[in-house]
Amino acid sequence: MFYRENGQFKTSYQADQQIFPIAQDRVFVVLLLLVAFAGVPFFASDYMFRAILIPFVIMAMAALGVNILVGYCGQISLGSGAFMAVGAYGAYNFFARVPDMPLLPALLLGGLCATAFGILFGLPSLRVRGLYLAVATLAAQFFADWMFLRVKWFTLDTPSGSVSVSNLQIFGFPLDSDVSKYLFCLSLLVVIALLAKNLVRGAIGREWMAIRDMDVAAAVIGIRPMYAKLSAFAVSSFIIGVAGALWAFIYLGSWEPGAFSVDQSFRLLFMVIIGGLGSIMGGFLGAAFIIVLPIFLNQFLPMLAGLAGVEISTTVVSHTELMIFGALIVWFLIVEPHGLAKLWAIGKQKMRVWPFPY
Amino acid sequence: MMKTNKRLLPALLAAFALSAAMPVLAQSKDQFVPVLSYRTGPYAPNGTPWANGFVDYLKLVNVKGGINNVKISYEECETGYDTARSVECYERLKSKNPSFVQPLSTGATFAITEKAPVDKIPVLTVGYGRSESADGAVFKWNFPIAGTYWVAADTILQAIAKKEGGWDKLKGKKIGLVYHDSPFGKEPIPLVQERARSHGFELQLLPVTAPGVEQKATWLQVRQARPDYVVLWGWGVMNSTAIKEAQATGYPREKMYGVWWAGAEQDVKDVADGAKGYNAVTIQHGAEPNADIVKTMLAQLHSKGQGTGPKEEVGQVLYLRGVMSAMIGIEGIRAAQERFGKGKVMTGEQVRWGLENLNLTQAKLDALGFKGVMRPISTSCMDHMGAAWTRIHTWNGKAWEFTSDWMQADEQILKPLVKATADKYAAEKKLNRRTGQDCQS
Repeated sequence: MFYRENGQFKTSYQADQQIFPIAQDRVFVVLLLLVAFAGVPFFASDYMFRAILIPFVIMAMAALGVNILVGYCGQISLGSGAFMAVGAYGAYNFFARVPDMPLLPALLLGGLCATAFGILFGLPSLRVRGLYLAVATLAAQFFADWMFLRVKWFTLDTPSGSVSVSNLQIFGFPLDSDVSKYLFCLSLLVVIALLAKNLVRGAIGREWMAIRDMDVAAAVIGIRPMYAKLSAFAVSSFIIGVAGALWAFIYLGSWEPGAFSVDQSFRLLFMVIIGGLGSIMGGFLGAAFIIVLPIFLNQFLPMLAGLAGVEISTTVVSHTELMIFGALIVWFLIVEPHGLAKLWAIGKQKMRVWPFPY
Repeated sequence: MMKTNKRLLPALLAAFALSAAMPVLAQSKDQFVPVLSYRTGPYAPNGTPWANGFVDYLKLVNVKGGINNVKISYEECETGYDTARSVECYERLKSKNPSFVQPLSTGATFAITEKAPVDKIPVLTVGYGRSESADGAVFKWNFPIAGTYWVAADTILQAIAKKEGGWDKLKGKKIGLVYHDSPFGKEPIPLVQERARSHGFELQLLPVTAPGVEQKATWLQVRQARPDYVVLWGWGVMNSTAIKEAQATGYPREKMYGVWWAGAEQDVKDVADGAKGYNAVTIQHGAEPNADIVKTMLAQLHSKGQGTGPKEEVGQVLYLRGVMSAMIGIEGIRAAQERFGKGKVMTGEQVRWGLENLNLTQAKLDALGFKGVMRPISTSCMDHMGAAWTRIHTWNGKAWEFTSDWMQADEQILKPLVKATADKYAAEKKLNRRTGQDCQS
């Protein structure tokens, strides 16, 4: 009843091919964007911006990139942390070495560095599949860890190996307030998400999905596996690289290779698995789950205990947080193996048939 | 199954909304001290006693009636020694008007250093953090009070030189630096290289990948190269692993010198006799079971069941480090109160002034219970470190005991290095050195 496409007739191919063919979806997305751009800056606190919204937006972008590779093209990758690192250090080197380098080109060039790195480490995907590929991409992770720890050129010979950026500007506006940082990341996310959505519903996205579902059959019908796989690696690592550069530049401000360790790769993979493989929406939901839930549990548990009149130590909170978080992941995977995005789709379907479910 | 899902989603959404609304709570007339600590993860064995000591000292201040009747309130936040999580903790506790922040992680210090000047919160890093932040003219908000890594590295080399019979005897010798491959471990390298250049010893860098549970390859290198001395720059599980590996390799523990983060009971007690002879530099204090402050702590808190952590650890090295770190912060607040009004709650900016004009004389330290434990510290606008005193202590199989007299880092080496590195930072950030006028404010 609330969500029914009855009576919405398409009279042109253009109308039939738009991203959101259903009017309710369009309204929802426009409202969501309005709230995100115009609403949130009014009521969110400093803490909300810095600890929740900015990391969420950046990680959603990274998850989007991982989802293109893992969810759409079916190439399991454990090297996402490395792609983020290459994006971050690439952008840093352009930013610090080239005089008067503006921020945006530096970030995009960082993304291009990650693209090159991604294609290079995507080459094994032409020969190996599945878990074997995951192990091959893990090599990218270890290689990047080693490279940024030991090759001093990348960190401008700073004695501690930690690098930092400051005085960020975009088109002459200083990026110093939380709102400006948030809006900057959000704008980039919107542009990239739009791009990604259009890619995956176009010819190239269909090639990726064909490769994912059965690569031999795809090759038989005329899809070039090399082109499809490497393009997925390229697009995905570009997005992850830009996200990595944002994570370093905007969120951390000062970072070390440890910020992009193998843990980060696993977290990103969990995000897309829990969010929903092969869905743009899934990346957002997964990022929200992985980023916000631990922070929420960390604050909610002491409060809950406070209500019950007991004081619990941070150790207990931190252990309980991990246990609940782990249990929730398992529970979600059992209840809904297709991820949060599937739950979202089920919800929409329920709204559609309400009040007469069948 | 579907029904659960339907109920779950709104519940989750509500929960997220709640979490967002939460941090803006207490804003009281107490002086708030955030405690960024780690009691879980691979660094927990060392992070826990430090946090216990830090919290115990805050409790003790309150038992004694606060700072001129201003009570201390504090909140712990678990960081797990993770930089991103530390930043989240910092942001979370920032809304409560913190007096100062102590991240207890060099990586987190680097990240918070970029944020603190904007938020006007002093960063207190007792014995860790950025070594060049001792230069208060560039690092207005950083306070590596009582010692930096360069102080530790310099005095370790002094001790080695003394053992050999003078700096000139080091010529041609080989010193291995086994370090945690992170900003923490890399910090001492510039100073050690400088010393190696001027005294002609060979420096061998041996990085250990964090967290340092796997060191076989590193110690194989030690076995092949046989350096005359090994300087151990570790933290957490890395330390005990290194000492075990040294034992397995047969490297003499007498020739090993640890930084003050690699010289606590937790690092050696598993190996006990195997660690006999192992040395570490100390940031003023060592293990001091007989100090007045320790006795007070036991009498006022632990005997009444209000202490934090096990009673046996009171007075051990890392516990005391926590106590000392808290004490320096509290004395900074007290100094600020003396200028801006006794009995008032100080803002971060006022505490910054207090930390910059800290004058802990021996008489004051003795009165606080640190007699024989610490030496005077006096900071200024230009010098945010205030003291560079260290000693060497050695593990005798059962306890740490001092084996050297008080030592001081060499100004001749330290000062130019601090200034040059701080200038480089200032140039990168387009900062101007603070002038005399700015020092007055």
